[in-house]
Amino acid sequence: MQIKFAIEGGDFATAGCASSQVKKLLKQLNIDPSDIKKIVVALYEAEVNIVAHAYRGTITVQIDPQKIIIVLDDEGPGIADINLAMQEGYSTATSKVREMGFGAGMGLSNIKKNSDELNIESIVGKGTKLTITKFFATS
Amino acid sequence: MDQIHFHHALKVDLQKCFGCTHCLQVCPTEAIRIYKGKANIREGRCVDCGECMRSCPVNAFYIEQDDLNLIHNYRHRVVLFPSVMIGQFPIKITQEQIYNALLKIGFTHVYEVEQPIEILMEAREEYFADPSHSRPFISTYCPAVVRLIQVRYPSLVDHLVHIKVPQDLSAIYIKEKLLLQGAKEEEIGIFYITPCAAKIAAVKSPVGEKQSIVNGVINMKEAYNRIMTLIKQEGCKEELPGFFGRITREGMLWPLTNGEASLFKGRAFAIDGIQNVIQFLELIENEEAPDIDFLEMRSCDESCAGGILLSGNRFLTVQNLIKRATKFPSARTTKELNLIVDIEKIKQLLQTDKIKPRSMLILDTDRARAYEKMQKARTIMCHLPAIDCGSCGAPSCMALAEDMVQHKAKMSDCIFMQQLWQHEGKIHPEKAFHNVEKKWGQNRFKPNCNKKGAKNEGL
Repeated sequence: MQIKFAIEGGDFATAGCASSQVKKLLKQLNIDPSDIKKIVVALYEAEVNIVAHAYRGTITVQIDPQKIIIVLDDEGPGIADINLAMQEGYSTATSKVREMGFGAGMGLSNIKKNSDELNIESIVGKGTKLTITKFFATS
Repeated sequence: MDQIHFHHALKVDLQKCFGCTHCLQVCPTEAIRIYKGKANIREGRCVDCGECMRSCPVNAFYIEQDDLNLIHNYRHRVVLFPSVMIGQFPIKITQEQIYNALLKIGFTHVYEVEQPIEILMEAREEYFADPSHSRPFISTYCPAVVRLIQVRYPSLVDHLVHIKVPQDLSAIYIKEKLLLQGAKEEEIGIFYITPCAAKIAAVKSPVGEKQSIVNGVINMKEAYNRIMTLIKQEGCKEELPGFFGRITREGMLWPLTNGEASLFKGRAFAIDGIQNVIQFLELIENEEAPDIDFLEMRSCDESCAGGILLSGNRFLTVQNLIKRATKFPSARTTKELNLIVDIEKIKQLLQTDKIKPRSMLILDTDRARAYEKMQKARTIMCHLPAIDCGSCGAPSCMALAEDMVQHKAKMSDCIFMQQLWQHEGKIHPEKAFHNVEKKWGQNRFKPNCNKKGAKNEGL
């Protein structure tokens, strides 16, 4: 099962839409609430990353009975040093974004913490592709 | 899901209901379906919030209640009522008159439920101080919110404050007091005047409690009418009947919005209105909310002042109650109260059993089957019109698709599909008509000039 969302850069007002919808589906599938929470947190972080840093992007969510794979593909500045970006507290967010309560530099590390696999591909000046995988606990 | 029997206070009067679908659209848990032209409430989903009752144009929803004559089975007849009840009486009617009217009705003891609030406040402080309890704490004051969390936000049940509410506090306190004064347990009858359906359901099948201490429930609308009639016809004395004792300003204002949040030492939020509550629970569940320690959440706009069994305007009720409350003292410590009851014992009785989730969203407990059903429902959605018209008897096309995969509905319930199939010659018009009649009742297509807005309205 596959669902796709389009994300506009800078549109903080609607950020969180994808995570709410995915959450409902996971609840219907009887996924463990602690898994749902992790997925929703990771997805929300990644969604906000696109809104905060990129021009536009898509989120493709693929669900099967064992796992969820979320691919976030954006057109944006890309990440120059992925290892640095993974560090807690590191942020390139503008002060405007920080004033809105985002951009604390916890994004990528938080996504990693809440997922089983995190793959980042990025080309500076073109964009970033995040692949988040989370396996469901057996019920 | 361990609670098999689940009590509901909201019922549908099948004589009055004509399946107008207003209630379908407003139900926050999609608990209503129309069947044979009448609204049906799915018991497991309903949280007794009363939104359906509010939206009904023909008053087809009613709230079951106990017979007032039941009180005469007891020697000590205690009436408990939330202080918000007082707020709906014109300000020139005194509290003394209201109390005396309740005595005239036949009660022997008259108490507001929010007392002695100090015991509850201290029991909650002790609960909040325990670091093993999950933050943000979510108040259990509004039973509709507790049930909403159980069915829609199962991951948040641990955040519910596992301490009972004022209606239990006063019932426990009064009972203990009467027992100490020599009354026999079987002689004590405790009756609760309720502002809403959810509190009736909470009394009849309490969440996190084995059995309710309350013996009966009285509809506040009925109590209001009885009291008003007595005051108007017979006048009621202004002398104190001697029960004011323990009510405080904090207790009086507890049922209003911010009644609890304003007492919390820390970051507290008060949210009222069921849609607002839902929006905020989504934030909490997604961990998108800012740091909050305590959440007061009430299903009704303006909290209990907006309860479906209250008469009068909710904003005026709030003002009225605030005005009356200024006459009462502030809460003190339980030590200063010099109560005859054992405070520690009452605090112990105020603990609730663990509140368990009972998610109603799950398509199947077996995940592989749930997945299959979800895929099927999503394929069905390709064909449904997605206008959520309610003509199929379900609140939305998605709800119909989910009902279909649960074998509770058919594709032919959709009138769009019926039209299409007739157009394609796949179904005989006679058969299509029969299908709609099955959903909406045989007389559905006969003109009725007595209906609201029609030529002979109400005749």
